[in-house]
Amino acid sequence: MDFNDTPEEAAFRAEARAFLEKHLELKSGARPRPGSGATALQRAKDWQKTKAENKFAQITWPKEWGGRGGTSMQAVIWGQEESKFDAPTGPFAIGLGMCIPTVIAFGSDEHKSRYVEKALMGEEIWCQLFSEPSAGSDVAGLKTRAVKDGDDWVINGQKVWTSGAHYSDYGILLVRTDPKVPKHKGLTMFIVNMKQAGVEVRPIHQASGGREFNEVYFTDVRIPDKDRLGDVGAGWKVALVTLMNERLAVGGSPGPDWGEIMDYARDHGSLSDQAFREKLADWYVAAQGYKLTKFRTQTALSRGQTPGPENSIGKIITANHLQDICNSAIEMQDHYGIINEQDRMPGDAIFQQSFMWAPGLRIAGGTDEILKNIIAERVLGLPQDVRVDKDLPFDQMKSG
Amino acid sequence: MNFDFSEDQKFLAGEARKFLEAESAIPVVRDVLNDDDKAYSEGLWKKIGEMGWLGTSIPEEQGGLGLGMLEMCVLAEEMGRVLAPVPFSSTAYFLTEAVKLAGSDEQKNDILPRIVAGDVIGCYAASEGPGHPDAASLKTTFDGSTVSGTKIPVTDGGIATHALVLAKEGSGASLVLVDLSGAGVTRKTLSTLDPTRGHAELTFDKTPGVRLGKAGDGAALNDQLMDRAAVLLAFEQLGGASRCLEMAKDYALQRYAFGRPIAGNQAIKHKLAEMYVKNEVARSNCFYGAWALLTDAPEMPEAAAAARVAASEAFWFASKENIQTHGGMGFTWEVDCHLYYRRAKLLAVQAGGPKVWKEKLVRALEQKNAA
Repeated sequence: MDFNDTPEEAAFRAEARAFLEKHLELKSGARPRPGSGATALQRAKDWQKTKAENKFAQITWPKEWGGRGGTSMQAVIWGQEESKFDAPTGPFAIGLGMCIPTVIAFGSDEHKSRYVEKALMGEEIWCQLFSEPSAGSDVAGLKTRAVKDGDDWVINGQKVWTSGAHYSDYGILLVRTDPKVPKHKGLTMFIVNMKQAGVEVRPIHQASGGREFNEVYFTDVRIPDKDRLGDVGAGWKVALVTLMNERLAVGGSPGPDWGEIMDYARDHGSLSDQAFREKLADWYVAAQGYKLTKFRTQTALSRGQTPGPENSIGKIITANHLQDICNSAIEMQDHYGIINEQDRMPGDAIFQQSFMWAPGLRIAGGTDEILKNIIAERVLGLPQDVRVDKDLPFDQMKSG
Repeated sequence: MNFDFSEDQKFLAGEARKFLEAESAIPVVRDVLNDDDKAYSEGLWKKIGEMGWLGTSIPEEQGGLGLGMLEMCVLAEEMGRVLAPVPFSSTAYFLTEAVKLAGSDEQKNDILPRIVAGDVIGCYAASEGPGHPDAASLKTTFDGSTVSGTKIPVTDGGIATHALVLAKEGSGASLVLVDLSGAGVTRKTLSTLDPTRGHAELTFDKTPGVRLGKAGDGAALNDQLMDRAAVLLAFEQLGGASRCLEMAKDYALQRYAFGRPIAGNQAIKHKLAEMYVKNEVARSNCFYGAWALLTDAPEMPEAAAAARVAASEAFWFASKENIQTHGGMGFTWEVDCHLYYRRAKLLAVQAGGPKVWKEKLVRALEQKNAA
């Protein structure tokens, strides 16, 4: 039992590290603010191009698609090293992590030669258009319609929570092509040009005050049938491939942890409080539990094995953990804790900022409740929930 | 990255599970539960001795198997799964480790081979009443050659041949090895929440004893011993918690209500998912404790404490929610849920409860931070 790299892993880490040092600065002490997303787009594109030209973009992709043809463990090592540097990766995570793998799996040869390299080189950015105002956890209940008209499909409807839609060039779009069949059977996936007429992107004003996500409205948008991914009515199968890649694409969440609140408590005389000390111990145990569980997963990858299901506990722990720590830090500050001014508050008001971000983290990429269902069903083998709409034609389903 | 047990250690776990499921099935546990005169299963204890497990971490020079602490962790988890009603922890975690840590060569050569042979049963006599004992609060004294005072409760105190007694010596504390066949020892059996493990009150009246280590080193030695035992106890807790999740899952799948298995209800699914999350947090923290134990890492104090805190929480949660999942059946004597509920509480408070370990953890983090 040890935490060391194998000689091959150490060699790859050194190579990655040398490349990163040549091109980027190490992160300074200041933490990036959660959800700020204020990276300069051009800088991100340049960095993506540099990585791709040196085979450090998409480590596990086969070489024929411009990847490195590397192992999952190398991808983990790359991620660990890149995260230590001031690397602007945000705009590409969803496109390269979720959308392009879907294009590779279901697109035509023409699609692949047209889109994959440009995405990898950072020249084009992609977004994922699945969620709708009335279809979140139950995304197969989406309502955006596609109606065939000659060789085109005409799209009308609304998507929501679309990260990066405002700077994206293309998206993968899941729509309803047949409302007369049960919900999972009437869906179809398309590639959509986000810059065409009839696509309107509006930022969502989030509860946290930020505007990192978007609503996207489609009004008589025409998509040629050749830009369909998979068969008509097979959209759910295609979407599952996209979503399988989601947990790999959604990374860790920056935010204060036990160390930050311990520092704060020490500086402000609360570290001797017995109730606080017991909570601090619980936070340490949870944070270690998360970190060490990832080490177990990496061990399986390092041995060339498929990781066990233990990694599914990650987001349930981290999102609640963040919310709890921020709440305690604010209460520790008493009335003063309500102030949300960066220059007055310790750590640039990191506890206050993350307090408002945490509710979103418990929802994004699978709510706590859906994640518990997933553990119950896929890990423990318990039955699926009762689905009263399973065999009902979509247009006879109740919705609200 | 190699943060897992080896194939050999996993093989040992599999063999241990087969053996224990055959030899330490629930009837063996219930035999001890239902008989007030029984403090352990003598038959199982003898077989465990024959398997060589008592010598797992004892060097070959003293008759042991000379394996490492990771093998001990593996066995501890399996013992925890089946609620093995034997003085394994008292003997193999506390007595063995204390002698290995601080015993003289003479003590090692005397005691360790007899542990391997199954002729010695240990016990750890620290508590003296409500609250956790420390050097300042200790009333039991050691005068350099004899021990006097009362220890309550002592797990396996009624059946042990030897006790590790935490006693005041001068202004400090010492760990004293006492042969319980010596003069001045009185034992009174105690009735506890977990009758599948024996407990006693031990009173010493000028009972001969030998200090382990130097005078004045007792408090540090005791901390070290507690850290090492904590990791092993945490693995026992992890085994118990894993078993509770399996029991709850199996029952929920076969129990029908309102026309379908109760396992289909989100209230049950989410409860079991929460058990799973807590168990995995405990498992990962236990692994870290095992790593620290193996490597004598400077991180041992926080690793041991975190393993203990995580595993206590996991076993407590799993044992109480296992009863809840079983409904009315879970509250009967015949269904085994209460056996795990009882053991979960014993393991949580034995050799320092969650409050003690949380405080130890935060102190370790403070010291690390100051350094």
